[in-house]
Amino acid sequence: MAAELNDPSRYSTYVDPEFYAALARHTAELDEPAAPVDAATRDACAALLYREARLLDEGRLEDWLELFVPECLYWMPMTPGGGEPTTEVTLAFDDRRRLEDRIAWLRSAYIWSQIPRSRTRRSITNIEVVQAQAPGELLVRSNFVVHDVRPGYHATFPGWTAHRLRAEGDSWLIAIKQVNLLDSDQAHQNLSIIF
Amino acid sequence: MSTTRERATGDLYDQLVLEDRVHRRIYTDQDIFTEEMTKVFGACWVYVGHASELSGANAFMTGTLGGRPIIITRDAGGDIHVLLNRCLHRGATVCRVERGRAKRFVCPYHGWSYANDGSLTGVPWPSGYAPEFDPAKYSLGRARVAVYRDFIFATLHPSPPAIEDHLGAARPLLDYWIDRFPGGKVTARSGAHRMDCQSNWKLVMDNSTDGYHPAFSHRALLQMAQRLGETKDMAYFAESPDDGDMYCRYLGNGHSFIDQRPNYRKPGDYWATQRPTPGREAIEARIRAQYGEEEATRLLDLTVGSQMNLSIFPNLLIIGNQIQSLRPVAVDRTILLWQATTSEELPEELNTLRMRTQEDFPSFGEPDDLANFGECQRGLSIPEVEWVLMNRGYGIEGRQSLDPDGGVTAPTTDETPMRGYIHHWKALMQSDTPVVAEGVA
Ligand code: FES
Ligand SMILES: [Fe+2]
Repeated sequence: MAAELNDPSRYSTYVDPEFYAALARHTAELDEPAAPVDAATRDACAALLYREARLLDEGRLEDWLELFVPECLYWMPMTPGGGEPTTEVTLAFDDRRRLEDRIAWLRSAYIWSQIPRSRTRRSITNIEVVQAQAPGELLVRSNFVVHDVRPGYHATFPGWTAHRLRAEGDSWLIAIKQVNLLDSDQAHQNLSIIF
Repeated sequence: MSTTRERATGDLYDQLVLEDRVHRRIYTDQDIFTEEMTKVFGACWVYVGHASELSGANAFMTGTLGGRPIIITRDAGGDIHVLLNRCLHRGATVCRVERGRAKRFVCPYHGWSYANDGSLTGVPWPSGYAPEFDPAKYSLGRARVAVYRDFIFATLHPSPPAIEDHLGAARPLLDYWIDRFPGGKVTARSGAHRMDCQSNWKLVMDNSTDGYHPAFSHRALLQMAQRLGETKDMAYFAESPDDGDMYCRYLGNGHSFIDQRPNYRKPGDYWATQRPTPGREAIEARIRAQYGEEEATRLLDLTVGSQMNLSIFPNLLIIGNQIQSLRPVAVDRTILLWQATTSEELPEELNTLRMRTQEDFPSFGEPDDLANFGECQRGLSIPEVEWVLMNRGYGIEGRQSLDPDGGVTAPTTDETPMRGYIHHWKALMQSDTPVVAEGVA
């Protein structure tokens, strides 16, 4: 049982008060001055973001999930820029298990909010990469526009993303993906896609 | 479109609302929608917000009352006012932000200023007005306000019933829901899930106590919940829901109810059947270690929804832990707000877990309902197919029972609540209560 509890796909043991405290530090760190990275690291980060965008646009959600560390967070705050997730609801606060749930939901043949399926295409710009305070981690800011098109429906979602990347061997994995919709606190018709 | 002749004879709604069915036009007709904004959303007690959102003196928030822009204020003395957000001079809104703190609202157009109880406190260069014009006699339009245990209701009815009478048989159920929170005190979080629903508001009301749909409309959610091989919350809707102890009930006054509580028999059942939530195991371990078995079980059950769907006509839906409200925008468009709730008296980490719980259904349940509501609206655009059937459970001997208080109880999947509320709606549409804003000289 104890070993099983360590499986973040089945049990959520890591989203504890320390995790929320670390998340608050993550949000604060985004606004603090930090050392830039070399061009090669910056290019590697941009390539990761572009690859991530392509996997999502092509609906390769399981491959997309492999870009994340096991104890990851996919977070879409409702309060612009972050807010206080310990006392506020969010548009998404997915640990690994809920992210797998989300993919299972999206894979269902009976998900009426996604029938017909969205065709998405996203543009990513203004990529800024800095060293995070934790060794072996980077903070990446980028802007995005996501087009979500279904027959008779076209939504455009502008916003910005903060990725916290963690070194894993000689590549980078996503520890936190924080998606900030510009109108995160306003009403939307359909937010069923992954951003 | 309704014709003048039908209106004059007054039998339009007798033609559109039958015992077991309603005409599509009640969802699609622009004139009917316009009339509803007066006869239903003007003349009924309408939920406009929760007092915990207005913390401290001079707090305010904006909202709508049947499409009318309103400002909900708490004055320096603590009294709550619902003001029409419309300058008396030439009509500009005087407040343009969603919330904040202000003792007065100064109209941006020509500078007329209003105290937060609505009274007109000044007009620039008053010598330009004739002596008969006395600003002290004027105020922003005011709705009548009733605050029931922090739920703020407003109406333009000139002599509305007491809010307790309006709530009627829904009142003890609302009390039960509020009293589930420690100290009987609910804190509504201002950052609500907001959804832009492409349907008439009544399609959302029809659904609010529809026990027929979950097995189908929420099939993706139910599938998702079985991913880890356990039966979770709501699964009973998919397995002969009419055979168990659940039931639906029309409560009178347009209110209705689905009671899922009979599926939860002993302490810990709520917690045990909750769908997986981020942090569930982490926080459960802490709570159990800190509070001991019995108290921990009681607390953990409180992180889970109340398992009752209470629909309070015309726009307040109590679902799980959330306060949902409807704001009609157009005949085919409704904004839905899902306010999350916390309790000041629960351990902090349980409130955090409650936030994660309250993200579950808005994320994985409501989008599929919204898709269906929008597609109903599209289907109802077809003029040749006129009727919307609400006849499930209708006309079957002994299937529903009359409650002593005048309500009707029926098996969960019956459309009894729908038939009840729509007849209440019809009576309102056939009445001619004048609606008035107080304070407008
Ligand atoms: S419209 Fe408000 S002061 Fe003129
Ligand atoms: Fe539903």
